[in-house]
Amino acid sequence: MADPRIVIVGAGPAGTRAAEAFVRHGLRPVVIDEAQRSGGQIYRRQPPGFSRPAKAVYGFEAGRAEGVHGAFDALAGSIDHRPETLVWNIQAGAVHTAPAGGGAVGRVEYDALILATGACDRVIPFPGWTTAGVYTLGAAQIALKYQACAIGGRVVFMGTGPLLYLVAYQYAKAGAKVAAVLDTTTFATKLGALRRLLAVPQAFLKGLYYLGWLRRHGVAIHEGVTPVRAEGEQAVTAMVFRTARGQERRIECDAVGFGYGLQSETQLADLVGCSFVYEPHSRQWLPEADADGRSSVAGVYLAGDGRRVRGADFAEMAGELAALAVLHDVGRPAAGDRLAELRRGLDRGLRWGGALQAVFPVPHRFLGDLPAETVLCRCEGVTVGDARRAVDDLDAREINRAKALSRIGMGRCQGRYCGLSAATILAETAGADPSTAMRLRGQAPVKPIPLTQQEVPS
Amino acid sequence: MSGGTHAGRYDVIIVGGGIMGAATAFHLRTLYGKSVVLLERGMVGAGASGVNFGNVRRQGRFLPQMPLSHRAREIWGRLPELLGEDCEFLATGGLRVAYSQADMAVLEKHVNEARDWDLHLDLLGQNAIRSRWPWLGPDVVGALMSPDDGHANPRLVAPAFGRAAKRAGVVVHEQCEVADIAREATGFRVTAKTGLEVRGEVLLNSAGYWGGRIAADFGEPVPIVPRGPQMAVTEPLPYFMEPVLGGVSSNIYLRQVKRGNVVFGGGLRGPVETDPPRGRPVPELSIAQWGRVVRFVPALAGVQVIRSWTGVEGYMDDDIPVMGESGTTPGLFHAFGFCGHGFQLGPGVGAVMAELIATGRTVTPIDPFHIRRFESLKPA
Repeated sequence: MADPRIVIVGAGPAGTRAAEAFVRHGLRPVVIDEAQRSGGQIYRRQPPGFSRPAKAVYGFEAGRAEGVHGAFDALAGSIDHRPETLVWNIQAGAVHTAPAGGGAVGRVEYDALILATGACDRVIPFPGWTTAGVYTLGAAQIALKYQACAIGGRVVFMGTGPLLYLVAYQYAKAGAKVAAVLDTTTFATKLGALRRLLAVPQAFLKGLYYLGWLRRHGVAIHEGVTPVRAEGEQAVTAMVFRTARGQERRIECDAVGFGYGLQSETQLADLVGCSFVYEPHSRQWLPEADADGRSSVAGVYLAGDGRRVRGADFAEMAGELAALAVLHDVGRPAAGDRLAELRRGLDRGLRWGGALQAVFPVPHRFLGDLPAETVLCRCEGVTVGDARRAVDDLDAREINRAKALSRIGMGRCQGRYCGLSAATILAETAGADPSTAMRLRGQAPVKPIPLTQQEVPS
Repeated sequence: MSGGTHAGRYDVIIVGGGIMGAATAFHLRTLYGKSVVLLERGMVGAGASGVNFGNVRRQGRFLPQMPLSHRAREIWGRLPELLGEDCEFLATGGLRVAYSQADMAVLEKHVNEARDWDLHLDLLGQNAIRSRWPWLGPDVVGALMSPDDGHANPRLVAPAFGRAAKRAGVVVHEQCEVADIAREATGFRVTAKTGLEVRGEVLLNSAGYWGGRIAADFGEPVPIVPRGPQMAVTEPLPYFMEPVLGGVSSNIYLRQVKRGNVVFGGGLRGPVETDPPRGRPVPELSIAQWGRVVRFVPALAGVQVIRSWTGVEGYMDDDIPVMGESGTTPGLFHAFGFCGHGFQLGPGVGAVMAELIATGRTVTPIDPFHIRRFESLKPA
């Protein structure tokens, strides 16, 4: 029997470990990734010519980052790595590629496909969030990690999730002035979730370390805040928020990094026809998969944060496990021990994912109080008021209908950054459960690609 | 027929809430005071009416369709007054572009013939084109301008007709797929999959591709196939492309909306699933199409495509729609199978079908579209 054709989309922790497992079993997968070098977002590598030591770039995670990088580099020659390549469309049995900088499109056929597409920042808009100088937490971290750039010299970090204190710590360590950390979760909420967090003691201890370090270095930390607005005409000059006690406070700054955890990048799973299920905590619709990563579509497997956000360590396990599932399904089963070990590991990941959600709740409640003129969909300039009018005046309670009639989520990002917030606003305006607004349907290209005159790939 | 409605009984039941059904409902209610119920399997205007290119084009049509097209054009100009919104209709002019002398010959013939149908077109040579639209590709040799044509936002038009109809008193049921249509002693009984049951004296079949099935159920099958247009849109650019563009032999069409995005379509039509309706553009067709777009307007090379889409359109084998009363069943009317060119006609079809249903005749000739032309396909 000829070797099955394996395609992996994504060269982060999940994609790397999947590729490694295939090579170990004598197969040569195609690994397609948008970045120039492997590592994904979490372990994004510096551009050529940058030489900071791993410890400086990844902190406590240096060992794991180097492990994932080393594993990928060791596969050179044994895999078909296609860096700087976007999978812009997908059909049963083939992915369609486009080079990141424009150029000839391509088509890669597969018998088995692992989607390890990762995650992006969860955004909830606030007045002024589109002002120059306001970034997501993930973007703030990547600027630092990748090119050793800070988003500003006096930065406010706001939001919730594991990145909040980590990025603040990394910025302060790198010499930026952290003007304040504004945590939207109350102390009481965190205390209430303490027991679940202790299920993953290492992560918990790291969090405590960052928090303690920031306090010792005089960084103001406010818990239970509500964003009010970012001020500034040309660029952000201050962040205004309400404290847990309801007092309005204003902190001068030249940059804001904000975010509310991560959301899965599910567009390719959608385009290939995977069935989705509603996850009420994050209010995201996620592609369904069995414990090992088999999606509802034969030959398509899901791994890592693109399936469900559980973080890099569990992504490594999920990537390997999905590869073992593929090997099993193509009649080349791996030894049972490793399978059982990975399944147990991912069980812990499920608990960890649940703990994360409990400790860092997404503050959906902010959406109901947003002023009507707040920009919701920045690509198309659709405001929160426009979304509410879509329900009240146009009877558009479902998000694809609201998109058709009001342009929400119709722009370049295809609703990545506004879609989940928009669904909540539609549902709340209609007085219905958030799941009733459904999810934006994916449309190719997954990310914009340039119009060119070129040969149709055969 | 009376204007009243009680206990799920109406003057007219409309099956299919695309632009044809919604515009007919609107006219039946506002001009003739009929009681109307509109049943739509999805959302009003979300099918073929919402995913097409948005061309409000009269030139290049089958000429006997021109009276209907003119009647539609007159309504397009009155949308704000009728619906309270303009649906982004812009009378920018439409340009059909020739790449060869053979194309030019087609355009010249059309100018002359269209004059008899009261459509006045301007034939332009290469120099005129170069000076007015210098961004057109270098191999364009001439073009035909239809000055009062234009384009509109297809996502908005049918829903706007639907809402206006509803405001006027039409009962609109969305997410209401029809399960059964039965002929009764007086009129029709329609049962939906939701369990809803309505009765009416008259039934209008405006169910797009699926209209063929309804017709077949009443003993008048038609040759109709489902196809998906391959549509896409670019990122917003500074506004430069005023007229709607189409090719003569090159099957490609483009328009730029006021906020700057260039919408385009054309090329081979792709396969689509009909039960339930689902379609995605075919990647290979998209790529081939993008090359032709760049040939048409070289300045678009390198511009980012941000989204593509398709939907289910019904195509007849003779490329003209089915319109008029049934050939088998009194009280049954058809308006479906518009072969990818129904958008511009939509408001006119609504006016004509309402007139025909309410008065038994229409001042606009629609004979060429009668379903009887497929009589030979009837079951023996």
